Amino acid sequence: MRTLKYHQAISEGTVQAMERDPNVFCAGIAVDYPSGIFGTTTEALKRFGPARVFDTPAMENAFTGICIGAAAMGKRPIMVHPRNDFMLLAFDQLINLAAKWRYMYGGNAGSVPIVVRAVIGKGWGQGATHSQSLQAPLAHFPGLTVLMPATPRDAKGLLLSACRHDHPTIILEHRALYNVEGEVPEEPEETPIGKAAILRPGRDLTIVATSLMVQEALDAAEELARHDVDAEVVDLRSIRPLDEETVLASVKKTGRVIVADTSWERCGVTSEIAALCAEKAFHDLKAPVRRLALADCPAPVSQTLEQAFYPKASTIARLALHVIGIDPELVGDIDREDTFKGPY
Amino acid sequence: MSNRLEQKTEMPESWGTRDLRERRVTVHGQALAASVLLDLHRSMQRIRHTEETIARLYPQQEMRTPTHLGTGQEAVAAGVAAAVRRDDALYSHHRCHNHYLACGGSVYRLAAELYGRVDGAARGRGGSVHLTDRDNGFIVSSAILGQTVAVATGSALAFRMDGVDRVAVTFFGEATCEEGVIYESMNFAAINRLPVIYVCENNLYSTESPLSVRQPPGTELCARAESFSVPAEKVDGNDVAAVYLAARRAVDRARSGAGPSFIECMTYRWREHVGPQFDHDAGRTYRTKEEFDLWVERCPLKQSAARLISLGLADEREISAWAAEIEKEVVADFERARRAPWPEAGDLFDYL
Repeated sequence: MRTLKYHQAISEGTVQAMERDPNVFCAGIAVDYPSGIFGTTTEALKRFGPARVFDTPAMENAFTGICIGAAAMGKRPIMVHPRNDFMLLAFDQLINLAAKWRYMYGGNAGSVPIVVRAVIGKGWGQGATHSQSLQAPLAHFPGLTVLMPATPRDAKGLLLSACRHDHPTIILEHRALYNVEGEVPEEPEETPIGKAAILRPGRDLTIVATSLMVQEALDAAEELARHDVDAEVVDLRSIRPLDEETVLASVKKTGRVIVADTSWERCGVTSEIAALCAEKAFHDLKAPVRRLALADCPAPVSQTLEQAFYPKASTIARLALHVIGIDPELVGDIDREDTFKGPY
Repeated sequence: MSNRLEQKTEMPESWGTRDLRERRVTVHGQALAASVLLDLHRSMQRIRHTEETIARLYPQQEMRTPTHLGTGQEAVAAGVAAAVRRDDALYSHHRCHNHYLACGGSVYRLAAELYGRVDGAARGRGGSVHLTDRDNGFIVSSAILGQTVAVATGSALAFRMDGVDRVAVTFFGEATCEEGVIYESMNFAAINRLPVIYVCENNLYSTESPLSVRQPPGTELCARAESFSVPAEKVDGNDVAAVYLAARRAVDRARSGAGPSFIECMTYRWREHVGPQFDHDAGRTYRTKEEFDLWVERCPLKQSAARLISLGLADEREISAWAAEIEKEVVADFERARRAPWPEAGDLFDYL
């Protein structure tokens, strides 16, 4: 199969979604810039023009409401936030209305199937308000679908699924994933929503991960293999709905779990998975579930502080060895060089 | 296609004879069919008797949903709803019964929603503030200030993208003009000349807060709209014909592709912010009895009835007979709704 970069896969998925459904449009700040949200919207603009791919004023909350109102009339908007953090301005429309629309009107007002793409920033001094990762607060609310593709194939497949999904859907894309390369089918293959994927099977330990942490977990698993530790990597892909079955089956097999997420621990995805294991797989556990997430403070800017703030492949590998009972200091220098040259 | 009032052909006897209905009359310098004034009055009577029936039954503790009654503000809903078509998209706010009813919403389904019954407009999932009746063009109401201002703008965007001549309308109180979302929305509508009509019901109070603590002295909300190049008009919101004519101008503008409009309707809520009481009965002093009495004197139904009589379109006896007939229907709908089945607890997760 041919390979594409993550950003190319999103671009292709957008074009195919717009080709097969004339109601799909793509809007948000900067979507029609030459930079095209890391190249994800450029081709769609070229193909479908400014009537269906257009820039908006800085109006995150109202534009989310506008997408809801357009969706209520049959449109399939894809709204893009160049950074997650700005989506906080839109939480009223997303949470108080989109999430509740179908239920709160007893099904009589139809549904509002908006798709919101939002980018998670990281490193190079992105700082406290350009690097957050909002899956936990979003997935807290019944009625929202929250997706975090970690591979090019799913970046395309989940976008295609979202554009046919009956619920408002948020897709969180990690900026550090845009240049990851992987196999992507040319046809519009959909990735099922609510299904986790086992990206690497293993017997000794399960690493449940989201988004960029999936790639870090795969690197960590390579290193663990050198220490005869056979790690299974579960890519959650969908935060809500959550694929409990795949996670529990893996835990039952390995008995040891590390959960790695791109956000904080408190009331977050790592805690949710830990609770799931405690409630439904307690007797299969050979060791306490361990969570791995951001340091419990806002994202700093200075390089030395950033280094201490973000967990990475080596952090996962060290924690895994510790859980297994092997000296964590045996982990080699496995972290990928951050090639991002800024500024955004 | 003609608007909601002009679409009607078959009328019950009590709405006036055909000859009478077809008569042309002049109101505010505009020629109108008599049927328009008769039907506007009838629409307001339906709202008034529904809201007052709720006020009477609410203390029985069987409608367990926070309810914001629209008594006193009927002319805004009736006048605007009459100026649009059934395939247009109307949105409302927490005080939404008036708009739902003016669009033709079923009294029975409203009552069933208030009683929490499965036949409710939202099947007992929404309550008083979350109504819907898409078949009549009433898309939804929502309790968070300003939400549907953006949503209506989005429906207008969809109409513009599809190249159809439908329009979107959103009702909101003047307190929504203190929220940011309305300015984001009007700005976008103005840039894209969207077919949306912003209808502000200025009833002078946000809950119990007067304008003086919320808007600087001399504030003109129309001027705010005009600053976005949105044409704006301030009307007597208790004069149903004035509201109807202003709405028709705005709708014509939107349908012709000329973009959004803003209408500020000056009106007054008679009962407390939420609940069935009169403020002075509850010992509240945030507004004076004198002010209240003045606005009750300006009752939209009373003004409309006086116009019908002075134009020779109806007499007091006929108008009272319509009221009695409507009240009977409304009361019967509420009784039937109270006997309707509850939703099954096992259906809790339906429509998720």
